[in-house]
Order: sequence, then C-alpha cells, then structure tokens
Amino acid sequence: MDLTPIYLTLKLAGITTLLLLVTGLPVAWCLSRGRSFFKIALEAIITMPLVLPPSVLGFYLLLAFSPQHGIGKWLEETFNLQFVFSFKGLVLASVIYSMPFMIGPIKSALQQLPVSLSQASYSLGKSRWQTFIKVLLPNIKPSLLTAIVLTFAHTLGEFGVVLMIGGNIPGVTRVASIAVYDSVEQMDYHTANVYSLILFAITFVLVIAVFIFNKYQLKSPLE
Amino acid sequence: MISIDIEKKLKAYKGQQVLRVKEQFPTGSITKIYGPSGAGKTTFLKTIAGFTEPEKGEIIVDNATWLNTDQKINLSPQKRMAGFVFQDYALFPNMTVLQHLEYATTDTTWITHLLAMGKLEPFATHKPEYLSGGQQQRLAILRALAVKPKLLLMDEPFSALDPENKSALITELKVVFEELSTTVLIVTHNPQELDGLTDRELRIC
Repeated sequence: MDLTPIYLTLKLAGITTLLLLVTGLPVAWCLSRGRSFFKIALEAIITMPLVLPPSVLGFYLLLAFSPQHGIGKWLEETFNLQFVFSFKGLVLASVIYSMPFMIGPIKSALQQLPVSLSQASYSLGKSRWQTFIKVLLPNIKPSLLTAIVLTFAHTLGEFGVVLMIGGNIPGVTRVASIAVYDSVEQMDYHTANVYSLILFAITFVLVIAVFIFNKYQLKSPLE
Repeated sequence: MISIDIEKKLKAYKGQQVLRVKEQFPTGSITKIYGPSGAGKTTFLKTIAGFTEPEKGEIIVDNATWLNTDQKINLSPQKRMAGFVFQDYALFPNMTVLQHLEYATTDTTWITHLLAMGKLEPFATHKPEYLSGGQQQRLAILRALAVKPKLLLMDEPFSALDPENKSALITELKVVFEELSTTVLIVTHNPQELDGLTDRELRIC
C-alpha cells in the first residue's frame, strides 16, 4: 500500500495552512477595519474561490504559470521556478483556493470585537501591532482555530484545482484525492477505500477537536 | 491648562446635530459633564482622546497641541495617552485583573496601590467575566489610572457601583487625582452623584 499520496496531502495541507496563517492574519485585520472600494474589491477576489468551479481557477492558474506564457515564462527564465506540474504549484493553488476559509472567520471575529477594546489599548500608549498581538488576537482564539482547521481540512479535500495545475505525478503531485479518483478509474476499489477512509478519519478528528475546544473555551473554569 | 475649542457633526435621528464646545479646564480640576442623551458627551470625550476627529477645532494640553485642524495637527491616541474609562468598560476578556494593570504599567508598587484602592486584591487572578459589574467598573478605572495620565476622561464611571463602594472609591480617587495633578472630565447622567468630587461643571446640549 503506497501511502505517499497521504503524506503529500498532509504536507500540502500543513504548508498551505501555515502560509495562509502568516499572510491571512494581516489581510483579515486590514479588511476588518473600515470600508473602501479597494477593500471591497480585495474581499471579492478573496471570496471568489468559494463560488468559482475549482477547474476554472485551476485552468487560469495553469495558463498564468505555464512556462510558455507571461508570468510563468518570466519566473522560469529569471528564477528557474516552475509552478506547473510541481509541488510548488500545488501549494500556490491551494493557498489561493483555501484563502477564504482562513481569512473569512478571522475577519468576522475581529469585526465582532468592540472597537473600544482597541481604543482602550491605544489610550494606554500601545501601538496597533501590540494591540493586535496582546488584545485582539487572544480574544478571537476559537475563530482562529476554526479558520486553521477549516483551511487544513479544505486543502485535504482539494481535487479540481490541484489536478489542473499539478496533474497526477506519483510522489510529486498525486495527492490523496487524486489517488482515490485514479484508483476508482482503475477499478481498484480497495485502495480507493483505504485512502478515502484515512481522509475521512483525519477530517472527522479535526472537526471534533474544534467542537471540543470551542465548547471548552465557553465553559472555561474560574481562573 | 487644557484648552478645547471644537466643532463636530453628530449623526442624529432627526437631521444633523453639531457639537460645539469652547472651554478651558485648569490643571488638576475635576469637571462633571452632563446634558441630554445624544447631545455628544461621549463623542466629546472621544474627540479629546483622539478616537474621533472633529471637522474643526483645536485642543491644547499643557502648551502641547494635540489637535489643530487648520495646521493639520492630530496626535494619535497613543501619543495623547489620555486615561479613558469607557461606558462599556472595554476590559480585555483574555486578561486577568493583574494582567490588565501589568499591560498598562511596569510599576509594581503602583499596581499594588491601585489594587488596594479598588479593593480588587482578592480578584487579581480573575478574568473580567468572573467579576461583578461593580468590580469590572473599578478595574476599568484602575486601568486608566495605571499610566498616571495627565488627563483622565471618564464616561459614566460610577453607574454600576453601590453607594458604599462609590463613596469609598470617590474619596480615594480624589487623593490620587491630587497626587497626580490629573485633570479629570467626568460624563454623568446623574450630576448629584459627583457632588464633593468635582469642582466645575459643563453642560453639553
């Protein structure tokens, strides 16, 4: 039994979640504060993967990063970077595809915090960064965890977009969801079942963990 | 001396209202501010703290210009560091009583003094959700005092306190205000409750 697709899937989900956590936090913070046309447009772009068919997104990424055209050609000639049919490409596609799952919950949670919390911190002489790290972030822990788990779990289940940009190269881009499809096509239902069961179990444990953590947060004993 | 001359449009249910205040507050004075709901009392305090900007005006605190719309000077709330007691307390849910004060200052002697003054020593390790309304309000006042502000802005700061605690706290606050030479502006809906604490009054309408 080849477990490489499972390993690749977990690696992809882990890297994607980490990258989105680092980049998504400041973006969510920015989007939660005030409104402008730029912010509305940015939010619309970030939300697009929720409604766009994954194959459409994958198709455009394939075109954009193809070594024959535009950005893809420039990246290969300048930095010797190739995103199409590589693990790097899967990461890029996953980051774009899972972005709303990280940014959405964090932005909503930040918006729900009373503005007086930030103002109280500013009046104590604390900078925006200190306020974000010490006051805002700790108070959206449940939403932060939900965003992390949703992003991770969503990346585990990606199919269309990773197939379009990464193809089905064993050990490189053949993640579990593609391996399931591939096995079914070859009438190897046993292998498909094993991969599916592993994905199902991982996702189930993650979602249960979030529910337990968030419930614990609400019923935290007296400290 | 604090000199304030501001003009700010207020959002009102019936058309637009304008908040106009031109007043001077001597250093160390304690002023109660009252007036009808929606007159802009809280907005007035927030404008001084730098949380909101008036269309026109000037705020000078001890010869330092905090705001001058003509000269486009508008210091950030961090630079003004006016102590602020919020009507909704604005306590940090993730921090204990002690952590609130430690976040504001590193002066442990001052923190100990503040905890004693607010009668919050037994609750030092408690988070706000496990404090009563009165305890939360006292913590909000202590946190604002932790930075030893030159100017303290208080929005309905005693509304949740019982008469006994209110009286004891007011007596202690008066001493602290004198020690720090703090200029205090207190918004209240019940001007009588501040008798004995304040020496001036301002009606906003």
